[in-house]
This record gives sequence, structure tokens and C-alpha cells, in this order.
Amino acid sequence: MDILISFIKIVVYLGILLFTVAYLVLVERRVSAFIQNRIGPNRVGYKGLLQPVADILKLMIKEDIVPKLAYKPLHRLAPIISIVVALSTFAVVPFGDKIVLFGKEIKLQIASVNVGILYILALTSLGVYGIALAGWASNNKYSLLGGLRSSAQIISYELSMGLSIIGVILIAGTLELDKIVEAQSGWRWFIFLQPVGFITFFVSVFAETNRLPFDLPEAEPELVGGYHTEYTGLKFGLFFLAEYANMITASAVVTTLYLGGWQFPYINTFGIPDFWVSVIQILTFISKVLIVIMFMIVIRWTVPRFRYDQLMNLGWKWMLPLSLANVIVTALVIYLVE
Amino acid sequence: MNKVNRKVIRTEDLNFWQKLYIPEIIKGMKITIKQMFLPKFTRQYPEEKWNPPASFRGRPVLVEENGKERCVACGLCSRVCPALAIEVQASETELSKERYPVKFEINMLRCIFCGLCEEACPEEAIVMSKEYELTFFSQEEAIFGKDKLLMPKETLKDRLEFLRQYR
Repeated sequence: MDILISFIKIVVYLGILLFTVAYLVLVERRVSAFIQNRIGPNRVGYKGLLQPVADILKLMIKEDIVPKLAYKPLHRLAPIISIVVALSTFAVVPFGDKIVLFGKEIKLQIASVNVGILYILALTSLGVYGIALAGWASNNKYSLLGGLRSSAQIISYELSMGLSIIGVILIAGTLELDKIVEAQSGWRWFIFLQPVGFITFFVSVFAETNRLPFDLPEAEPELVGGYHTEYTGLKFGLFFLAEYANMITASAVVTTLYLGGWQFPYINTFGIPDFWVSVIQILTFISKVLIVIMFMIVIRWTVPRFRYDQLMNLGWKWMLPLSLANVIVTALVIYLVE
Repeated sequence: MNKVNRKVIRTEDLNFWQKLYIPEIIKGMKITIKQMFLPKFTRQYPEEKWNPPASFRGRPVLVEENGKERCVACGLCSRVCPALAIEVQASETELSKERYPVKFEINMLRCIFCGLCEEACPEEAIVMSKEYELTFFSQEEAIFGKDKLLMPKETLKDRLEFLRQYR
């Protein structure tokens, strides 16, 4: 019975994730168009709402071209790694507290791993293999440069990402994501307790997901398409999917760690039935994630790309010392308070 | 040191808040979010067509007056055409005009919309219209004969007035 529930949860999660990814592409295109005083795709279906379907169909029908000198096994493996990592990271993110359905209490999280944050960190750093291998296996100089840049970028930003999370862990006293959310009840969101940590984490998240101020791995003006230059059809689609799935996961993690996850401040004092409390909590989580995603999209169309040396300077000279100082100050304060 | 090798001197240095970068990003986001609510420039093309001004040079057409072309088949347009797109064959009539084109063809694949035919024409018989939608499924279709080229004088009023004013 528990296995069945987990299975249903996985299917629902995957469905929601893939659906959101498909529509996120549309949202991004529409928002970017609006920012540039255009209208954006509005032809397919009502107001362009069927555009994702058309996009996916087009990607599936396209010819799959593999370069003659590419290393084929890795060329095939790379998009799979990317997508697997992007989708499985989502497993530990808690959507809500608990919901009682058909007399059964269901935890709204696929896997409540006791090292939740470590799991996320480990998997997101695996994601770089997809990009680096794609760059290497394509046998194309631009792809290779993209892959190299990606690995350098992710290594340098992972440090500050991990260090800024330590502040959260110190306060919450646990690695489990659902416990961390529970620790943020009321207005005790970690964004207020850890503003510096939030900024360093959020900037690192941009770098980890290859979003625009740090999208050097694909950098289309310099590197053609970066790591996915030599990919076509569904394989390219998988990279695309992975990028947006990563974005959703990243914003879900940001929400969970810093914006109070599914916490709706003081909802238990309103006297609403338990079931509706759970529903409101899920909706709160979803809207928080959407706000973070919108923020990421608007940032993409606001800030120009960093130069490579600027990226490294920012990563090593600013982010790392800042997050280190954040850890030390947090630890000191906690030591003094207790 | 000579002047060439001198370092660039900044007249204004970034202040503390600008170096922090985050307030500047927020400023930038204010601008982008403001842009989202401004009117859009996009024209929904096939539904909403552009009406060009009189000075626009669309496809060349023959002016039709009283059900007849004005053209006297002098061949100046075909002579002046730099792309060799126009072919005229003249014939005679009993009217006072005496000559008319039996065959008048413009190859729209060759036409470069320069408007020299219009300038050369002594009778104001060939003018540039406002039509800019030219698509064909075959090369044969792109050769416009008299049937497609003739256009009543009333529809070309804008252009004829423009020519009289500025030529």
C-alpha cells in the first residue's frame, strides 16, 4: 500500500514537473516578449496556450543528427544524465505538510531523506557531468569550451552554495528538508535570519542552473550554442527540459530553505479545517515557487552576461568569503544565544 | 610615457552601492518590469495590415484609364530597367493614341523595385503601387502579364498625386 502511494506520488510529481516545464518555456517567451514590448507566441491555441505542445511535437519529429566523429555512447548518455539529475532532485522537496485523503495520512514529499540537503547538493553537482560530457563527446570546439566553462563555474559556485546552506542547517539543526520547513513557522523564515546567506545562495543557484547572468556554458553569441551545439531533436529537447526542470527545482529549494517552504504564517490560528489548511499550504508553496521563478526570468532579461574572469572573480573573491563569514557569524551568534 | 600607452582615466568611479551590484540589479529590474506594462509595438500581420505611405515603392502596375491602359508601348521602361524584368511588345490601333502594348510582362522575380520604369515613363502609365505581398508557388506564376498588371486609376490616386508633387 505504501509502495502504491509512493508510486502515485511519483507519477503526480513528474506530471506536475513536466507540465510546468513545458509551460515555463511559454511563460519565459511571453515575459521576455512583454519586457521587450513585443507580444510573443500567441498563435497556437487560445492566446498561444498550445505552443508547448507544438514545440514538443516539433522536437520529436526533427531528425536526430549525430556528428560523425562524436563519441557516440557519451553523446547519447549526456542528455540522459542531465534530465535524470534534474528530475530526481525534486524528490526530496516537500510540497506541503501532510494531507488526509480517504482516511489516510499522506506526506507530501516523495522521499523524506534524512540527508535531504546533501542529496540535493550531490545530485546538482552530478548535473555538470551531463553538460561536460556533452561538450566533450560532441567533438566540437565550441561544445568543449561550453562544457569546460560549465565545470569551472559549477565547481566555484558549489562551494559558496554549500557554505551558505550551512547557516540554515546551523539554525534548523537538521538536514531534513521537511524539518527545516517546520523550523520556519510563523515569520521565522530564514531569509530574515540569513539575508546574506540568502543572497549568496540565490546567486549560486543562478550559476548552478546556468541562468542568464551566468549562462556561460551556452553563451550563444560566443559559443554558438555551447554544450548543446551538436544536439538536435529530442536530445536537444532533453537538455532544454533539464535546464527548465533545474530552474523549477532550484526555486523550490530556495523556497524550502529560505522562504519558509509551505509555511503560511499562523494559519493554524485561523480555525480552518485541517484538509483546507493542507490545500492552502500546497498553494502557498506553489505560489512562492512561481514568484521565485518569475524573479529568475525577469533577472534573465535584465542583467547582461558576465565575462568569464568577472564570473571567477565574483565566485572566489566575493561569494566564497561572504558565505564563509556568514557561517562564522551565524555559528557565533548561535553559540552566544544558547 | 607617450600618450598612447596611458591608462584610461575614469572621470567618475563607481560608488559603494554601485559596487555592491545588488541595488543596481533592482534598478534594472524596475525598468524591465515597467516595460512589461507599456504598449506593444507588434503588428498582428496577416490580420492587421500595414498601409504604406504614398512614397512607398511596391510592385509596379500599369495605370488603367477608361478601361484601357495608358501605356503607348514606347519601351522606355523596358529599356531603363536595370534588372531586365520588363518585356513590351507594341502594336497599332485606329485610335488617336495609335500604339498599345500587345504583351506587357514584368518578371517579379527579377524586379528590384527601383522605380526607374516609373521615372522613365512619359505617359505616367506605369507606377509603383502599394502592394507588397508577393508570393508565388512557381516561377511561371511570378511573370505578371497585363491581366495582373492593370490597375484602375482611382486606386492609384495617392501615388499619382505624390508623383505630380515631387517629380
